[in-house]
Amino acid sequence: MSQLYIWVVLAVMYLPMLVVVAYSFNSSRYSNWEGFSLQWYEELFNNSAIVDTLNNSLMLAFFSCALAILLGTMGAVGMAKSRFRTQGLLENVSLIPMMLPEIILGMAYLALFSLCRVPFSMITLIIAHTTFCIPYVFVSVQSRLVGLDPAYVEAARDLGASQTRAFYDITLPLIAPAVLNGALLAFAMSMDDVVISFFVAGTNSQTLPVQVYSMLKSGVTPEINALCTLMLVAVFLAIGLFGLGRALFKRASRG
Amino acid sequence: MENQALLRLDNIHKSFGQTEVLKGISLDVQAGEFVTLLGPSGCGKTTTLRIIAGLETATSGRVLVEGKDVSALPPEKRPVNTVFQNYALFPHMNVFKNVAYALTIRRVKKDEIRQRVQRMLELVQLSGFDRRMPSQLSGGQRQRVAIARALVLEPKILLLDEPLGALDLQLRRQMQVELKNLQERLGITFIYITHDQEEALNMSTRIAVMNEGHFEQVGTPEDIYERPVTRFAASFIGQANILQGVVEEKAEGRSRVQLEQGGTIFVNEALEPGTKIAVSVRAERIDYAKEAGYGFQVPGVIERHSYIGGVLRTTIKLSGGQELLITGANPSSHYPDGCAIQVFWDPDTAAVVERS
Repeated sequence: MSQLYIWVVLAVMYLPMLVVVAYSFNSSRYSNWEGFSLQWYEELFNNSAIVDTLNNSLMLAFFSCALAILLGTMGAVGMAKSRFRTQGLLENVSLIPMMLPEIILGMAYLALFSLCRVPFSMITLIIAHTTFCIPYVFVSVQSRLVGLDPAYVEAARDLGASQTRAFYDITLPLIAPAVLNGALLAFAMSMDDVVISFFVAGTNSQTLPVQVYSMLKSGVTPEINALCTLMLVAVFLAIGLFGLGRALFKRASRG
Repeated sequence: MENQALLRLDNIHKSFGQTEVLKGISLDVQAGEFVTLLGPSGCGKTTTLRIIAGLETATSGRVLVEGKDVSALPPEKRPVNTVFQNYALFPHMNVFKNVAYALTIRRVKKDEIRQRVQRMLELVQLSGFDRRMPSQLSGGQRQRVAIARALVLEPKILLLDEPLGALDLQLRRQMQVELKNLQERLGITFIYITHDQEEALNMSTRIAVMNEGHFEQVGTPEDIYERPVTRFAASFIGQANILQGVVEEKAEGRSRVQLEQGGTIFVNEALEPGTKIAVSVRAERIDYAKEAGYGFQVPGVIERHSYIGGVLRTTIKLSGGQELLITGANPSSHYPDGCAIQVFWDPDTAAVVERS
């Protein structure tokens, strides 16, 4: 019974993807199979709109992720160190961007940037994306810090490390996997976002998801199938590499 | 000028919020001593150690090392090192890096680091374990690494927070001997925390019995065991019987005491008649027979005998109902259960632990 369940779930999840992959190699523009072809991939790479927006998306995800790593980690570490009355409140408030419907966040940024007369560009995109990326890093790092025995840092201090030194030598390496975890999630979220980007992107800084979305409106072209296939491959590769890296890291730390 | 103590705790108080954890602790420790803080969990012994290490700040009072006030120094500036309760070995560093950490921070030359770490690992009999990660070591090995790591700077004072707490009994006994040997060989002063009285008696040059944030008694293991000065010190260590009574008559260096439980005993202390006292007697110091000794008159009835590994444990019920616990390696005479006898002991072996 549970086996059946798993197969049903897998089918529901992966069948649509398989269809997309299959169509990306279809030489026909329509849903009837006419033979194997790579023409859609060729057209994809020649479509400057898609290539440009992909670049934009990667750059956006990279920078907002980097900023989120910095701010989210700092926030979590600072929060773990200090004890003050409004701490619980502050923690919850900092998690709200993750739970808020994206459309609200998008509207809010639209309103703010318009009010301040900030031109929509890559900068506004990065600001908005960093906002919703921070909580992923924050949550991940915070839960790691909670489980971290304070004795490690105390031992380092006892052996002569200053507070800063102990942070770099002990805390940072021990929370690094959590930082990475949060960052990967944040990266995925940024790459995937349509709604917020839709509100705050400038004309020269359109992101890939928004581009795909607008292409859909003028009718599906099989290039999108090719694009989806490539992104699927990239995601599976990334997951594989991440898993491999983790296995190697574990083996390395064992001996 | 008097002999300057290596470590001096001067009237240390510590409160966490409303709760006062340390209520004025003072202690002088001489170079080369092995001082144990012994007490039940929550008595403040770990807090005391953390204040010495600088990991906690005292609410008031001073910590002096070689006469210098170190109270305001952060932990990294204090000439003491700590072996933590769960060792706190850095999980992402191998044994070598763990032990070398303190030297790395001080920018000691690589060759010298290698030599000193090797020497430390030899000292704790872990040569060849350099590349192991802490997760690959047994409890006993981790413990040794923690000691090597804390000793690598050759501190004047080593603080140990229940270092054997996580080990099984056999390993514990073995490590007790090893630790004691190490301490004597290196001549380093140990401040050692345990709640295990056997460990404390076995290893220490002096024991400070702690209870609810203050020292009940500080003295040699023999002092603590044979001459407890408070009821707590008497009952926390060994198997003590505590009897209450009132002084009836004072004589030269001794007093006759009427017990609440019925009967009279003598104590080797001249006390004013009418003083209410509590007397502590070790289970193995009490004798019983048909005829009392030392002028005692304490009637009782044998409640039961039980063997506990080579030692006979006898419970005797006094006429007032209190039960006395007596242990003897080789009871000279064996009385059956229910037999009426007289209880007595050498007054030298009992201690007055309360007087009011």
